[in-house]
Amino acid sequence: MAQEIEVLLIEDNLSDTEMIKRALQRSNPNTPLLHVKDGSAALDFLFGEGAYTGRQISNIPKLILIDLKMPRVHGKECLMRIKMDARTKRIPTVVLSSSREYPDIEECYDLGANGYVVKPVASDEFDKAIMEIGAYWLKINEPPQ
Amino acid sequence: MELQQYDLLLVEDNASDAEMTIRALRKSNLASRLMHVRDGDEALDFLFSEGVFAGMESQLAIKIILLDLKMSRVNGKEVLVKIKADPRTQRIPVVVLTSSKEDADIEECYQLGANGYVVKPVVFDDFLKCIADIGLYWLIVNEPPYEQSKTTPS
Repeated sequence: MAQEIEVLLIEDNLSDTEMIKRALQRSNPNTPLLHVKDGSAALDFLFGEGAYTGRQISNIPKLILIDLKMPRVHGKECLMRIKMDARTKRIPTVVLSSSREYPDIEECYDLGANGYVVKPVASDEFDKAIMEIGAYWLKINEPPQ
Repeated sequence: MELQQYDLLLVEDNASDAEMTIRALRKSNLASRLMHVRDGDEALDFLFSEGVFAGMESQLAIKIILLDLKMSRVNGKEVLVKIKADPRTQRIPVVVLTSSKEDADIEECYQLGANGYVVKPVVFDDFLKCIADIGLYWLIVNEPPYEQSKTTPS
């Protein structure tokens, strides 16, 4: 029986993906994580479509980490679809992006992002930020049922 | 009067919980720009520069609001609704900090737009650790919804 996914990571950059997974493994060992490379795969997972047809979609992740700049379905569009659908709007969704531009940040909050984290450039800072995301969102924050 | 820019608004009517929260933040050096108010009315006055806070605009650099649910006068959910319905405040991250572990409260707060929901740990050491992690994430790691340059830290 498949384990319930606790973290849905939507990220097209492979080296960022590796760093995120490694840091989360340190702060939150053995947390079931699903990595998808674009927004359309994320929406398929969340709504039980495409490759995920038949998935029990009432099993919602505790946290969605979403990159903004991705091919196919863009991060903002994906965020909007998550936050406009009654089945998924309560899922804590944190934007993880290299953009520090205020139009992006404000727009993401307006679309319903629960948080917004700018990816630090230095790798040790990057690790620390991810571990603090893991400490807060996976251990302390109470997810919706 | 010197204008102070605050980064954390603690809305908590229980004096001992407030004291522990402030102490935990202070230990992590995260309490230097903290404003503590004791009820929902006072929180709304602070956020909208009304009442005793008229003309102060000391809310402009708030990065996180920690909101207790069960308070006298205006309760936490009412405050949350008002914050999330007003364009001046709706982007400010709000984390509900409560002793209620009831699913109905958790669901309702997310529906009302809470950014996060934290159940206060009962054990003292767990409480301190929890508050420190909340502070680290929301004050340091998370990006607030406005430009830092607009603020003038004192």
